[in-house]
Amino acid sequence: MNRRSFVLTAAGAAGAALALDRTALLGAQTPARAAQAPADSLPDGGAAGQLADPDRAGRPLEPITAKDNDAWIQGIEKRLQCTCGCGLDVYTCRTTDFSCTYSPAYHRQVLALAAAGMNADEIVAEFVSEYGESILMSPPRRGFALVGYYGPWLAVGLAAVGLVLALRRWSGRAARTAPASTPALPAPTSDELELVRRELQRFES
Amino acid sequence: MLGEFALWIALLIGIWGAAAGFTGGRTGRADLQRSARNAVFALAVTLLIAVFALEWLLFARDFNVQYVAAETSRNLPIFYTWSALYAGQQGSLLFWATVLSIFGSLAMLLTAPRHRVYLPYVSAVVCLVAIFFLTVMLGAANPFARLPYTPPDGNGMNPQLQNPGMVFHPPMLYLGYISITIPFAFAVAALLSRRLDVDWLVAIRKWTILSWLFLSIGICLGMWWAYVELGWGGYWAWDPVENASFLPWLVMTAFLHSVMIQEKRGMLKKWNLGLILAAWVLSIFGTFITRSGVIQSVHSFTQSPVGSYFSVFLIGSVILLTILYVTRLPLLRTEAYLESLVSREATFLFNNLMLVGIAVTVFTLTVFPILSEAFTGNKIQMKPPAFDLVNVPLGLALLALTGIGPLIAWRRASIPNLKRQFAVPVAAGVLAAAGVLLLGMRQVWPVITISLASFVLGTVAQEFVRGVRARHRQYGEIYPLAFFRLIARNRRRYGGYVVHTGIVMLFVAFTGMAFKIETEASLKPGQSVSLRSPYGWTYTFKHLGVSQYDALNRQVTAGTVIVSRDGKTVGTMVPEKRQHVDSFGRPTFEPSTAVAIRSDLEEDLYVVLGGVVGGTETAVYRFTINPLVWWVWYGGLVVALGGVIVMWPGGTVGSNRVATGYAAKLAAETKVTGA
Repeated sequence: MNRRSFVLTAAGAAGAALALDRTALLGAQTPARAAQAPADSLPDGGAAGQLADPDRAGRPLEPITAKDNDAWIQGIEKRLQCTCGCGLDVYTCRTTDFSCTYSPAYHRQVLALAAAGMNADEIVAEFVSEYGESILMSPPRRGFALVGYYGPWLAVGLAAVGLVLALRRWSGRAARTAPASTPALPAPTSDELELVRRELQRFES
Repeated sequence: MLGEFALWIALLIGIWGAAAGFTGGRTGRADLQRSARNAVFALAVTLLIAVFALEWLLFARDFNVQYVAAETSRNLPIFYTWSALYAGQQGSLLFWATVLSIFGSLAMLLTAPRHRVYLPYVSAVVCLVAIFFLTVMLGAANPFARLPYTPPDGNGMNPQLQNPGMVFHPPMLYLGYISITIPFAFAVAALLSRRLDVDWLVAIRKWTILSWLFLSIGICLGMWWAYVELGWGGYWAWDPVENASFLPWLVMTAFLHSVMIQEKRGMLKKWNLGLILAAWVLSIFGTFITRSGVIQSVHSFTQSPVGSYFSVFLIGSVILLTILYVTRLPLLRTEAYLESLVSREATFLFNNLMLVGIAVTVFTLTVFPILSEAFTGNKIQMKPPAFDLVNVPLGLALLALTGIGPLIAWRRASIPNLKRQFAVPVAAGVLAAAGVLLLGMRQVWPVITISLASFVLGTVAQEFVRGVRARHRQYGEIYPLAFFRLIARNRRRYGGYVVHTGIVMLFVAFTGMAFKIETEASLKPGQSVSLRSPYGWTYTFKHLGVSQYDALNRQVTAGTVIVSRDGKTVGTMVPEKRQHVDSFGRPTFEPSTAVAIRSDLEEDLYVVLGGVVGGTETAVYRFTINPLVWWVWYGGLVVALGGVIVMWPGGTVGSNRVATGYAAKLAAETKVTGA
């Protein structure tokens, strides 16, 4: 075996080893796919293989339907608050916290009410009658909630008016305490300008 | 044993330090003043011993210690074992007290001789605050408390905390909260010693910028963590704990602007002092919100019964500070009056109005459940729509003022001056608005935001161009050198402009969320779904399959998605579901999601694996396109860079000016008393 064939053989062996190693690695990392390879149906999606341990993937989910992505349905769910404690709206919770059992139930209820022919406001009203106003993401603009909606505006508005009045008063006072007239300054000479330039340079260095 | 002993010793040292500091400050006794100073150093040493002891227990996995069992497990990575120090209630309180004592020691060491007159009171205040935290630890949240038995393994850290962002985000926020205590201590010292001239402001300048910088970085890291970890596709949700960190930041930002008026004109003494006191109270309020669980938050992992301690401390502090403040009001008279509504002072005041207005709004809406329950018996929670209703317009007004402020002269601006200053920035704003309208953008708030952002950038650019040209003309420096020296010679002013640039980037990035696009899909292997980006191109997400494997402390279920843009493959994304387990393989928490994110300057692709259908490889995904998210992180970096420039030692002309107080007031400013 000459040097060239030795190098080629060694390179081939290394490549094969790497390929085997890669396959082994992938195999180690994807036991489900390795075990269920025949059931995979690329590229167009047929029967899907079974996972080795489905419990690890969290709560089993239902397939997504067109209704789940309906902007109108999502708009309603964004007006409703999930009560699982997350503080999110129903849509965001059901598409984020996949362990939550409340938001999928609310979602199904919204779908059912929509299928019964209710409009968005009627669906929200139905939720309020069943769960109370705490189900709403935005509390109704009445009663004490008005303080939350308009109190900050009122406070900032009043503060702005107060600030403008104070500024006017202060500027009036400053005008009264200022000297009656300021004599016009003569134009600086070139020597004076040079002096200022040197002083500035010294100050900044 | 050593740790708890150190806490008790620290408590005794703190009590002595507070007593010696107050007495030494009041009587002028040098021995007591020295002793108070040494007490702060001793406090730092003993608390560091306690931290060392707790870290030792964490790394040794001594599960007989309640805190170690609650926050770690045998298979917790070392990286997160370190951060377990502040992952839980008790450890974070120890962290707070320790960092406070270290900052206090630094204040003792680094304060210039001419400001040391404040130090006895400063040491007393630092010791008092430390006493509070030590009391909470020893009374209700002892990090060294032991269990009656030793479990074979710990519970492990909450999966949401096992993220690199959470290793740096909490300490940064804490550093921000805690470092506010030093300027606060100087403010209290100034009030107690009745030395309320400009000296105390000079003493705290670096500290205020430092705490503002830490808070800024901490808030940005928190946004990043929320974005990559929580999986809802956003970075800010007006959550009470987020708000708690935002409140002191707003007040500190207001202070950093209004203090310039006091330094230059001797005005707003009462206001500035009030802002510093408020910032500290809000920093304690922030810790209270985070720690008590009094208001429902996604940060529920921090809830515990220490709320009553914080309530008493907060209420007591507010009462004492109010009394102290009111009794010193006669000493806080202004030395000059504002001369014109069209002046930089006036714009700074409106800037303060906006910042404090936003702070008041955020505070009111955050505590609204408590307020509504107190007044009506019903808990009413105000959600993001209510926050946005006020804060979006106020934020945009603030953005406008960010551009207007630097363009208006101090004292009084003339019409020719205004025309000359505003021409370029206004043109930039108008052109930008016209540009985005021509491109088809029709949403009102984004158009206004982009127009105002261009206006502010026009202001900043004009300031830099004029400064560089002036240096080039006067000193003959080449432009790059002139640019560098312009910043280096006046770091406060030009560092401030860099901060403004970062803020503009953040505002523009926030508009991206108005164009967010998302869809859910359940895909069998080989199936795909398409989403059209706001930029006009189409992304196709093709599901390849689901794999399962074990990692160090978790069992992973991962979906593999090939992403292509207009038919051209751009990469692979692998979102995960993670089931965390202890060293015996037993599940410790609910399965969590690990989002896959692909970022570029235009948009983020954000893929969440919700789970699988019927235990098969049919995966349920949420696909989201989030425009401009990278600019949030870049904007945060630029803000931090500006902050570093501002606080870099030396070189600021302003410091020379302030060191002499505002004695060099212009002749027209007549000293007025009785205001």
